[in-house]
Amino acid sequence: MSDPVTVRVTVNGVAHTGRCEPRKLLVDFLREDLGLTGTHVGCEHGVCGACTILFNGEAARSCIMLAVQADGAELLTIEGLMQDGRLHPLQEAFREHHGLQCGFCTPGMLLTALDLLRTNPSPTEDEIREGVSAVLCRCTGYHGIIKAVEAAAQKMR
Amino acid sequence: MKPVSFDYHAPASLEAAVALLQRYGGEAKVLAGGQSLMPLLNFRLSRPAALVDLGRIPGLAYIEEGDGQVRLGAMTRQRTIEFSPVVARRLPLLGEATKWVGHLPIRTRGTIGGSIAHADPSAEYPAVLTALGGAVVARGPKGERVVQAKDLFVTYLTTSLEPDEVLAEVRLPAMDPAAGFALEEFARRRGDFAIVAIAAMVVRDGARCAQARLATAGAGPVPVRLSAAEEILERDGLTDAAIAAAARRAAELVSPDSDLHASADYRRHLTEVLTRRALTRAIRGARV
Amino acid sequence: MSRAERWIGKPVKRVEDARLLTGRGTYIDDHPPVAGLHHAAIVRSPHAHARILGYDLEAALAVDGVVGAITGEDVLRLTKPFSVGVAAPVRYYCAATDKVRFVGEPVAVVVAKTRYVAEDAADRVRVRYEPLPAVTDPETALEPDAPILHDAVGTNLAGHRRLVYGDPDRAFREADVVIKERFRFPKYSSTPIETYGVIVKWDPLDGVCTVWSNFMGPFIMHPLTARALGVPENKLRFIVPPDIGGSFGIKTSIYPYIALIALTARLTGVSVKWIEDRREHLLASSSGTDRIADRELAAKKDGTILGMRFRWLDNVGGYIRSPEPGCSFRPTGNFVGPYRFRHLEVDASTVMTNKSLTGPNRGYACGHLYFETEGMVDRLADALGMDPAEVRRRNLIPSAEMPYRTPSGGLYDSGDYPKAFAKALEIAKYAELRREQATARAAGRYVGIGLALAVDPSVSNMGYVAAALDPQFRAKPEYLPKSGAVDSATVKIDPLGRVITIVGTAPQGQGHATVVSQIVADELGLTPEEITVVDEMDTFTRVWSISSGTYSSRFGSVGTSAVALAARKLKAKLVEYAAHLMDVPPDRLEFRDGAVRVRTGKGPSYAIKDLAGRAHWNTESLPDGMEPGLQATAVFGFTGSKAVDAEDRVNSSNTYGFIAEVMAVEVDPETAAVKILRYVTIHDAGTIINPMIAEGQIYGGALHGLGGALYEELAYDADGQLLTGTFMDYLVPTANEAPTIDIAHVVSPSPLTPLGSKGLGESSSMTVPAVIANAVSDALSPLGIRITELPMTPTRLYELIKKARQA
Repeated sequence: MSDPVTVRVTVNGVAHTGRCEPRKLLVDFLREDLGLTGTHVGCEHGVCGACTILFNGEAARSCIMLAVQADGAELLTIEGLMQDGRLHPLQEAFREHHGLQCGFCTPGMLLTALDLLRTNPSPTEDEIREGVSAVLCRCTGYHGIIKAVEAAAQKMR
Repeated sequence: MKPVSFDYHAPASLEAAVALLQRYGGEAKVLAGGQSLMPLLNFRLSRPAALVDLGRIPGLAYIEEGDGQVRLGAMTRQRTIEFSPVVARRLPLLGEATKWVGHLPIRTRGTIGGSIAHADPSAEYPAVLTALGGAVVARGPKGERVVQAKDLFVTYLTTSLEPDEVLAEVRLPAMDPAAGFALEEFARRRGDFAIVAIAAMVVRDGARCAQARLATAGAGPVPVRLSAAEEILERDGLTDAAIAAAARRAAELVSPDSDLHASADYRRHLTEVLTRRALTRAIRGARV
Repeated sequence: MSRAERWIGKPVKRVEDARLLTGRGTYIDDHPPVAGLHHAAIVRSPHAHARILGYDLEAALAVDGVVGAITGEDVLRLTKPFSVGVAAPVRYYCAATDKVRFVGEPVAVVVAKTRYVAEDAADRVRVRYEPLPAVTDPETALEPDAPILHDAVGTNLAGHRRLVYGDPDRAFREADVVIKERFRFPKYSSTPIETYGVIVKWDPLDGVCTVWSNFMGPFIMHPLTARALGVPENKLRFIVPPDIGGSFGIKTSIYPYIALIALTARLTGVSVKWIEDRREHLLASSSGTDRIADRELAAKKDGTILGMRFRWLDNVGGYIRSPEPGCSFRPTGNFVGPYRFRHLEVDASTVMTNKSLTGPNRGYACGHLYFETEGMVDRLADALGMDPAEVRRRNLIPSAEMPYRTPSGGLYDSGDYPKAFAKALEIAKYAELRREQATARAAGRYVGIGLALAVDPSVSNMGYVAAALDPQFRAKPEYLPKSGAVDSATVKIDPLGRVITIVGTAPQGQGHATVVSQIVADELGLTPEEITVVDEMDTFTRVWSISSGTYSSRFGSVGTSAVALAARKLKAKLVEYAAHLMDVPPDRLEFRDGAVRVRTGKGPSYAIKDLAGRAHWNTESLPDGMEPGLQATAVFGFTGSKAVDAEDRVNSSNTYGFIAEVMAVEVDPETAAVKILRYVTIHDAGTIINPMIAEGQIYGGALHGLGGALYEELAYDADGQLLTGTFMDYLVPTANEAPTIDIAHVVSPSPLTPLGSKGLGESSSMTVPAVIANAVSDALSPLGIRITELPMTPTRLYELIKKARQA
């Protein structure tokens, strides 16, 4: 077994320090070491997108990153998306447009959509589809998700 | 699906990275963006003794133009390339190809150096590198060497780089501002690796073809530069007949394999169809 | 509008969403319910078929952090095989004991302090195998020289039934036209994004085995597991966490893992957690069957269908696992679909091969059924030169015949199929589509229009499983008949008048809490926000039965009925109590707008809050004989759920909806890509309680169907190795592949449920394979191509087009 490494990371504005094996996946570090279970594990090979977080402001899959790679980084997870105790416009829109059913892909979906709208505040329907195609959802047929991102984009502009 | 235990190193310089690779004698893996390597680790299909993370080496992410070429640092993220004005101006074919690379959260982490060094023959960047006749700079124990695209790809997931060499930079000749270009891709789902993709660039001289560049992804164990098809256009011009002939020739130039997603026959057929479509679109976009 | 009717039928936003949108859901992997959890990794077979010669755990147990390991020897010694749904002596244990029969079959379990270490140790478990020849094709598996999976069975045929309804031979003799076709339906799953998860605490002192898992029913699997483990049922506690990350039927088949992890906890002496990873899920969780179907259809010249013959080979993989062979018999009552013909022969064989095991998958067996039937109806139209819409119209069961008893025993409770079909054609502008198609064809384009109709069965009658057994077997005195479809709910009012509703339906994203709150709000004249709904299954504390759970689209029909009845029961009690307080006969009072009031004229009223305070604080105020407390539990069961009769007839579901679909596609003849141009789906699910949630089910179901039709397959090579063991190869549709859908409803309330509602959770998953195959066939008909096999991969379509062009 390799020597543990120290990981200093800011998550949702809060500084954390942890120690783990170098092989520990970032998603496991978030869930097990920091107790942030809102980020979900769906495939562990970077396809389903359920584990997507914001890494230094950009959407990234935390199941195909090592915790040690996040040393010094700023992360945003689903637990940090609410602002001042209020739902983020994306969260509101997902509720309004039935953009979720079982909710398991939802954290990854929301954070992917957040990065999409950051870089493209007025996406077309095709661009939304292309953006959220990074995350697999088996419940909604994506209909409500696409509508929700459209609605949130309007609100956030 | 958890990786095996390994040592982890985050060297501060390329020299140190190379020294680590030497020390592990082929048992270490280079970690760039990790978007292909990490799944292999999680499946335990790759069981390295150590990872050498390039992520902490300063100065490996840049896009610079000069002397008729664009140089991209190995750690330049695909997302950076997607939004780069230099790429939009000088390498629009690379820009278009980038939109086909994985998905948004893959491109934020995935790097051009990692994608090329991984040498997946279905990936878009190796096809663009091959089409444009680019090269990579490899840093090894004896210093730097330049490896041309045609000498880089050996077979599936294998390059001619030595185990103690690091891909440090990608060099692509800047495209003629008048060039037309297209990347035509067929995949089962958008965002997947290509079943077949064709990267094309055409420089027109009236009805003549001053320069044609064509390369494949997904049509064999390495990306294939379709030189004999290019020659047809450069000889016969840009007529529909010449395009069709070049496309037919393209299908003869590839040696695809069958797999779960497509038969060899179908891949060969797609090579023809997509070459024709890519050329047609590239010619339409080329300024006379 | 009176207050009492306000909430049913409204797209009420979901109460579940707040927690799920903010990362505060509680899924199985989220919160360790017990201290000192250890983590399991399962060692799995790399062979499709092999004899196990021995195990060597030494290296694994030597890994630092490992607390123990078990193998198939322990499984054989300490557990019993699960009961199976056929008479054949298939011994199906929770792990391999003598041979492995599919790649990924569990052979050993290692427990360690972390999952990482458990996987390190699992790598070091050595299992010695003697590889045996494998067979994966169900037809080959029945050949005389095929390798035999189960020596005790002596054949790979797990079960075979020939069911005859009416006089099919005569129908075929009298037919003007007979159509024959062979279809192949692929093995695919629903791959919920949350995989299986099991946590077990085995207390050696009180003998209670507590299981937390994302199992969602049917809870028949609870006694089945108790028997396998040798634990009394009242010492085996199943607890389901509040949130499950999707199931679509797949998580029904988690129960062997519950037994395996329970045994592991028992033998290692620690509480054990196992979270299935994606590779394990694709290798060895569950899927629908792949099927070879030989179909025959007999019809008159005018298009009237006289009868059909089905010959099915359903591939259930290495072992037949309960509730299989539901793959053949779950749709028994709706074998004929929406059509009137009375003569039918079903020859159903369940075959075991060296593939992973099967079970319910969204639409359970109905995707197969309608893919074949609707394909046959199109072939009939083709043979007669008729419009496929016209052929369907001629054969639909008319609304005047509702409720309709099918030849195989189904009782279609309500519906107007011709009206719903007409609506689908109208919304799709069918005539216009045909004209556009003609124009496109003239221009050399390959545009096609597909139709598909389906009777959508909801709430399985558990008794259908006995259709797999011979009537002679069922006639034996020791045979216990099976039937039923029940669910329960409790509504209670606390001393301050607040309402809590308790159910144990184990939902997986269907928004049960929201729907329950709507129903109770309407019944009690409150708002949904005023109702707290607890939906947490715990076999020790909930009222449950064999059929409990959320599967076969039960909740919209049976779960909602139990809730409505419980609320009504409680309401009646409130009226009786108020009548006592007011000293008037109860029939002069009614419950209206949140209070008990006099039926007519002015008079005093008692709000719920008033009654609650008095009833809780002063039991002396209750009338003589009234039970204290303000709660009511209702158990709702369908009386039409009867056992299979001697003629193999059974009402296999309880409520039956209807689906009519039209799809237009274009095929690129060069790349073989299929593009959906238009897709219309009409559903009749009776009363819709929450249209937003209902449509969510339709959107999701349609994409499951599309996945199976175009993208998803658990594909194996000839040696039984899985070729699609990652999400790079097993292709789940993304937002890019999702079509735009036009949804509309027809409402024929069910006469069998208090609210008139039916289930629709499986919805278009059962029609999309049919409608898109028909559309692609129509598109490629100028080339003489008819789709007989799914998924329609580009390679497959390309080969068809190439062959047609060469011919």
